[in-house]
Amino acid sequence: MSKPTFVYVTYIAASPDKVWQALTRADLSEQYWFGYRVDASGKPGDRMTAFSPAGVKAHDDPIIESDPPRRLVYGWKPLYKDLPDERMSRVTFELEPFKDQTRLTVMHDDFDEGSIMFRMISKGWPAVLSSLKSFLETGQGLAPSWDDEAQKRAAAAGA
Amino acid sequence: MDVVFKALADSSRRELLDRLRAENGQTLGELCERLAKSGIGMSRQAVSKHLAILEEANLVATVKRGREKLHYLNPVPIHEIAERWIGKFEGARLQALSALKKNLEKRHE
Repeated sequence: MSKPTFVYVTYIAASPDKVWQALTRADLSEQYWFGYRVDASGKPGDRMTAFSPAGVKAHDDPIIESDPPRRLVYGWKPLYKDLPDERMSRVTFELEPFKDQTRLTVMHDDFDEGSIMFRMISKGWPAVLSSLKSFLETGQGLAPSWDDEAQKRAAAAGA
Repeated sequence: MDVVFKALADSSRRELLDRLRAENGQTLGELCERLAKSGIGMSRQAVSKHLAILEEANLVATVKRGREKLHYLNPVPIHEIAERWIGKFEGARLQALSALKKNLEKRHE
C-alpha cells in the first residue's frame, strides 16, 4: 500500500451513521459540499457520481470499498475539461466513534509523481470537511470564503 | 480551540509543522534526522513530546504503515479557526491583499 499523500482528521459531534449519510447522500452533500450532489451510496463496483450546482457531471468514479458506517473508498478523477489529464487517484474515508463524536479521517493518495491535482486538493478538503462539520453540528454548511478561482479549483478537487 | 492555540504557541512545534508542510508523512526518525542536518538541536524525546501535543490538538494526524508511524500536517483545525473569524466576503478581499503583498515583495527582491 502506498504512503498516503494527504491525511485530514476532523472530530464531528454526530454519530458515525449521520456522518456516513452525509458523505454518501446527494441530498445531504448538496447542503455542505458547496452545492455539489455527491452520491456514493452504492456498493463496491457501483459508481460514485457528483454533479455541480449547475448540473454538470463532475465525477463518475468507481466505489472501491463500502463498509457502512466505517470505511468508504472511491476513485478520484474529476471530469472538468480544463483539468490536467492524470490517472485516477484514490480517496479513503475512515469513521471511528470517539466518545460521543465521530473521528473522521480522509486520506487521499495514489497520485502520479509531480501531479497537479495533488496540489489542488490541498485546498479543497479542509474546506469541505469544515463545512461538513458545521452542517452536522449546526444544520448549516459554510459558504465558500474563497475567490472565484480558488473556489473553482477547490470545488473541482473537492467534489 | 484553546488546545490548538496552545499547541501553536511554541516555536519548536511551529517548526515541526513547517517541516511536515515541506514534506508530509515523515516518521519521527526522519524528522529528527532532518532537524539535526539543518543544525536545529532538538532531542528525539523533545520532538516526540511536541508531536504528541500537536496530535492532541489535531494539528498532526498520524497513520500507521507496518511498524512505521507517519505524521501529517492536518490543516482542518486551522481552517476552522479561519472560518470562524473570516467571513464570506472578507475571504476574497484578504486573498487579494495577500496576493498584492506577495507581488509587491517579489518586485523588491
